[in-house]
Amino acid sequence: MLLEIRDLHVSVGETDILKGLNLTVNPGEVHAIMGPNGSGKSTLANVIAGRPEFTVVRGEVSYQGRDLMALLPEERAREGVFMAFQYPAELAGVRTWQFLKASVDAVRKHRGMKELSIREFDRLLDEKRRMVRIDADMVKRSVNEGYSGGEKKRNEVLQMAMLDPTLAVLDETDSGLDIDALRIVADGVNSFRSPSKAIVMVTHYQRILGYVSPDRVHVLLDGRIVRSGGRELALELEEKGYDWVRAEAA
Amino acid sequence: MVEQQVISRETGIEDTQYRWGFELDIKSDVSPRGLNEDIVRLISAKKREPEWMLEWRLKAYRHWLKLDSQGPQWANVEFQPIDYQDMIYYAAPSSQSDGPKSLDEVDPEILEGFNKLGIPLEEQKKLTGVAVDAVLDSVSVATTYQEMLKKAGVIFCSMSEAVQNHPDLVRKYIGSVVPYSDNFYATLNSAVFSDGSFCYVPPGVRCPIELMTYFRINELDTGQFERTLIIADEGSYVSYLEGCTAPMRKSHQLHAAVVELVALDGAEIKYSTLQNWYPGDKDGRGGVYNFVTKRGKAQGRGSKISWTQVETGSAITWKYPSVILQGDDSVGEFYSVALVNNRQQADTGTKMVHIGKNTRSTIIAKGISAGRGNNTYRGQVKMMPTAGGARNFTQCDSLLIGDECGAHTIPYIEVRNPTAQLEHEATTSKVSDDQLFYLQQRGLSLEESNYMIINGFCRGIFKELPFEFAAEASQLMRVSLEGTVG
Ligand SMILES: Nc1ncnc2c1ncn2[C@@H]1O[C@H](COP(=O)(O)OP(=O)(O)OP(=O)(O)O)[C@@H](O)[C@H]1O
Ligand SMILES: [Mg+2]
Repeated sequence: MLLEIRDLHVSVGETDILKGLNLTVNPGEVHAIMGPNGSGKSTLANVIAGRPEFTVVRGEVSYQGRDLMALLPEERAREGVFMAFQYPAELAGVRTWQFLKASVDAVRKHRGMKELSIREFDRLLDEKRRMVRIDADMVKRSVNEGYSGGEKKRNEVLQMAMLDPTLAVLDETDSGLDIDALRIVADGVNSFRSPSKAIVMVTHYQRILGYVSPDRVHVLLDGRIVRSGGRELALELEEKGYDWVRAEAA
Repeated sequence: MVEQQVISRETGIEDTQYRWGFELDIKSDVSPRGLNEDIVRLISAKKREPEWMLEWRLKAYRHWLKLDSQGPQWANVEFQPIDYQDMIYYAAPSSQSDGPKSLDEVDPEILEGFNKLGIPLEEQKKLTGVAVDAVLDSVSVATTYQEMLKKAGVIFCSMSEAVQNHPDLVRKYIGSVVPYSDNFYATLNSAVFSDGSFCYVPPGVRCPIELMTYFRINELDTGQFERTLIIADEGSYVSYLEGCTAPMRKSHQLHAAVVELVALDGAEIKYSTLQNWYPGDKDGRGGVYNFVTKRGKAQGRGSKISWTQVETGSAITWKYPSVILQGDDSVGEFYSVALVNNRQQADTGTKMVHIGKNTRSTIIAKGISAGRGNNTYRGQVKMMPTAGGARNFTQCDSLLIGDECGAHTIPYIEVRNPTAQLEHEATTSKVSDDQLFYLQQRGLSLEESNYMIINGFCRGIFKELPFEFAAEASQLMRVSLEGTVG
């Protein structure tokens, strides 16, 4: 087991958001999480990544057999937990290149690998950015500043490819992409797939699942996973909406 | 490459944030405490100055006596009144009291001290690509790269030497940009200035290396009153940098310098400062009062003066590097990062006075406030009736770290020509949780993440610094914020 979440209750301030969530992810698997707006999908992603605003009230999250909640966000990242943000932050004046170098250095250092020379790093970056069709000028600009919506998403995939995580949680990385970009992102995700890695994809659309075929599809409703199935569940949801799941869950 | 060694962090002091705080153990020749005409005469005599120089000092001193003894009160800073009679106005290492010597004659203790500061002066170790004039308390102790500069025809020496060896130039230009009567501290400086750097670049010469003056206050209760004069003759170019540090003292030290720049037709002067005087402790005890007057005159047609400053030190900073844009088509620039932490106070900015036609000025000021620091940007843009077609662009950005600090922006605008154009932008921001979490999610520690955002905030300014010093500047920010972020 790579990730195991048991009876997870999470609140922010006075509000309960996750209310007893269970999820098990094995190496090599791709899980899709769907659910209406406000149901808690991003909250789940953020809790896995360690965002401090969220309080874990009850439950357990283990990653590679360790208590994930005991680690700082940066420690989780170095241990191979990656999150692609639904709304990536803009970092004025911080060049994407420099940001990527610093992260790759931090992660490699933690894994006991030697720091990449500028040349080695550039070679790696060139390879990865070609894959997601980000041109060389873009990585010289400030992180996400003035990037279009689709460019931001591709930039998240680029970061995933550069950092080579073990568990990637992608929060709506397929939203707001044009048809070509959707393919590019899907190809990026597919080339990342491997028997030792796992992907949790939060999405509203079954379309991406046509490219990246998931092992499991889950419906997150009001802070709980109320239904799980295969790819056909996504198609069913697309056709019928969430009301029937809601009715069945009640 | 001079990598992060200009102002080294390695000074052997482990248990404190300010790593330049050690004291040099050298014998000094100091004047008696207090200020009177005799002290002015003594300083002048120590430097074997010609009569005209002494007269100029005395004129300034007599003028100073007529001023309000508390100095200007308009700045947004608070401090106890300074007792000008309890201060020492002249201190020189005994071994150096006759002025700069050849390097072999410089006291090894002094050389070692500058080594510790990351400013090696010895021939074999000197910084590459930078000629350094090292000023300790009131005197210049050594200037490197003399030969190379001589070949290019560039004069770069201590002010004391210039008064001796180039009296015509000094006499012509001293006080021509900052008159002795300019303001309280400039007047005081004019009376008692001790040393500083002098530079003259002849017509058409591009100075082959960066010039640097490194100022160090060592002696207790000593004021530092250096005076710098840079003249770029027609079509010449020079890039000059100053750095400064002081030992940690419980009492405050006054630093009241004057810098005058003159750029003739088509000449360009780029002046960069890394100001790292001792900022005082967490509760505001000790620290340097940095009350400085810096002004450049873009006198010639198409001349250009550019100030870049990174101000991280001092208990109080009061300075407004300015440009008088006199020549038609002349250009003035001001790029600044001012950082305050703990109890530090900064009231800093610039003045751009447009006189010539089609003159252009750019002001980009970044203020970072942390701890209980208080940061004020004060800037004036003046468009005179003669300044047809003049333009100014001003941008002031403040970054707040924590919620006990303060940031203020006070622009003064005076437009007396209808064809002049001004643009002003101002922003205030905080390092956001979203940004920090984004960086942490990519494996950077909270502290690292903060530095990265702060560095990004300063990028527009750091890129104006000579390449070798940009890394040093970001290092300085980091040290100044240690323990505050993360
Ligand atoms: N910091 C916060 N403070 C207060 N409420 C919050 C906070 N973060 C999330 N919430 C609330 O928690 C609920 C779940 O939010 P979350 O972002 O996880 O939804 P989501 O499933 O990702 O929705 P979407 O599909 O719109 O992205 C929402 O009602 C949201 O308003
Ligand atoms: Mg969401």
